[in-house]
Amino acid sequence: MFSLAAIVAISLPFIGAYPIFLMKVFCYALFACGFNLLLGYGGMLSFGHAAFLGGAGYAVGMAVSNWGWSTLSGLVFGVGVASFMGFIFGIFAIRRSGIYLTMITLAIAQMVYFFILQASFTGGEDGMQGIPRGRIFGFDLNNDLNLYYFVSAIAFLGYLACYRIVNSPFGAVMTAIRENEPRAISLGYLVNRHKLILFTLSAGISGLAGALKSLVFASVTLADVSWHMSGLVVLMTLIGGVGTLLGPVLGAVIVVVLESKVGDFSRFMVKLTGWESFQILGQSVSMVIGLIFVICVMAFRRGIVGEVKHFWDQRSRAK
Amino acid sequence: MLLIFGVPLQALLGQVLIGLVNGSFYAVLSLGLAVIFGMLNVINFAHGAFYMMGAFAAWMGLNYLGISYWAMLVLSPLLVGLIAIVFERLLLRHLYRLDHLYGLLLTFGSVLLIEGFFRGVYGVSGMSYPVPSMLSGGVDLPFMYLPIYRIWVIVASLTLCFGVWFAVEKTKLGALLRAATFNSKLVESFGINVPLMITLTFGFGVAMAAFAGVLAAPIMQVSPPMGGTIIIVVFAVVVIGGMGSILGSIVTGLGLGVLEGLTKVYWPEAANTVVFLVMLIVLILRPAGLFGKQN
Repeated sequence: MFSLAAIVAISLPFIGAYPIFLMKVFCYALFACGFNLLLGYGGMLSFGHAAFLGGAGYAVGMAVSNWGWSTLSGLVFGVGVASFMGFIFGIFAIRRSGIYLTMITLAIAQMVYFFILQASFTGGEDGMQGIPRGRIFGFDLNNDLNLYYFVSAIAFLGYLACYRIVNSPFGAVMTAIRENEPRAISLGYLVNRHKLILFTLSAGISGLAGALKSLVFASVTLADVSWHMSGLVVLMTLIGGVGTLLGPVLGAVIVVVLESKVGDFSRFMVKLTGWESFQILGQSVSMVIGLIFVICVMAFRRGIVGEVKHFWDQRSRAK
Repeated sequence: MLLIFGVPLQALLGQVLIGLVNGSFYAVLSLGLAVIFGMLNVINFAHGAFYMMGAFAAWMGLNYLGISYWAMLVLSPLLVGLIAIVFERLLLRHLYRLDHLYGLLLTFGSVLLIEGFFRGVYGVSGMSYPVPSMLSGGVDLPFMYLPIYRIWVIVASLTLCFGVWFAVEKTKLGALLRAATFNSKLVESFGINVPLMITLTFGFGVAMAAFAGVLAAPIMQVSPPMGGTIIIVVFAVVVIGGMGSILGSIVTGLGLGVLEGLTKVYWPEAANTVVFLVMLIVLILRPAGLFGKQN
């Protein structure tokens, strides 16, 4: 299955897919996978994951453009910064649970947002532009195709890391904590330490996605750290299926494709119905995202992969 | 001129006043959130969006229909509260038996929908709303200039807050509400229509937000993003104060508003983040919040 995915990834640019678009999908997919570690396997809904995505992006921008570091060390630095941020977020957030945890992550992420808005090195409203992609192992990353293979390889490794974390003894303990925290405590597990580690890992993987994204677009903007971005990653995970490994990937594909096609869709609807009001849909992607959000929460909470898996389980049980 | 820690008294008092105004909004919004949370166990992410809708309703009423500020102060909360009741009946009520997080996610999706719609129609730039003539102008005190409208905002918000406090703590209906919050099954078995109470509570909590929105219209820019920025601060206020007590929400809201105003004077860079900083400190010292119950 993994080799099949690798073959598809290698061949996609040759059948006419646009590399930048694909890389965007991979970055978001990895972001959603990192987020899903926390929600799907730790049962903690964070509304502040944009801080890790954007924070790592800004860190890469600083290291590569301002300090002249190499691309690889820049990436490592970005992941390190995001993991450290995750550790700090975690220390505060796990003092409460449920809805309060969500509000706390949102508030700390908003602090990060204001910090980045006001700090002198981040370019404020404009963000950081023209981050050099540099070279890696002698390959020039300014070539989109080279960058594409690099990004897909790293994203794939990130996905494997998630797979490994979930299927490890640590992942099993996390699932136990999610299902029944008092019981996990009574069994002697250090619940808070586990939660904190998961927070850090989740932030690190989200940071890896953000670091790659800053190379792909050669820029980081305030949108990357805003609460809309935090909401978007929740949606991707929800559409695909919370607590499934493949779900967030599928969700990211759907959201990115949708974002780029909403304009076409609204033009089509205007032509079809002659009703100019459909124009609003195209101008405001967030409306469409919001609508899907509502539909997902109301109608299929398991997500696509979750529903398929549920259907499969029911069928095999019936036999 | 009198200086306090190197700042003219006039500037200081001006910022304290602005802080009190913002604090009044925090108090009304966090109180609405707390009332809703008590009955529904849902954190209403769309509270900010309803606040924005309240302000927009006032603006639309004036510009499209020529309805005065005073009429809209009543009509806008009614209208937005009605929308909220429809929202609760159609969507929200199906999620009560599930994890609380789904209520949060549904209301978050609605924020994107509502905000996106207003962005699409009105853009992001703010629109101004005139101060009603009865409340325009100000009083020239020897030590500062006191704009009447800001005083009105503080008085109106506090009156509303204390009204809610009185209704919940001292009336028969409030007693029922508290009982239903504590154990809805038991109250239902006495023949009281709890689902209706839940719907009305949601409608009323949202109407409070819309009321704050109308109050805010003349002093803040009426714009689609106005709800999103304030609701995150209000979430922090709720974490700091805890949602256990009504008076706690009022005190925390006002106090943090004033603190924000003072920070604007002494350390302007931190003005946006000071509430979040306080939240972090409170989380370390009293994780359940200042007025919350430890469990």
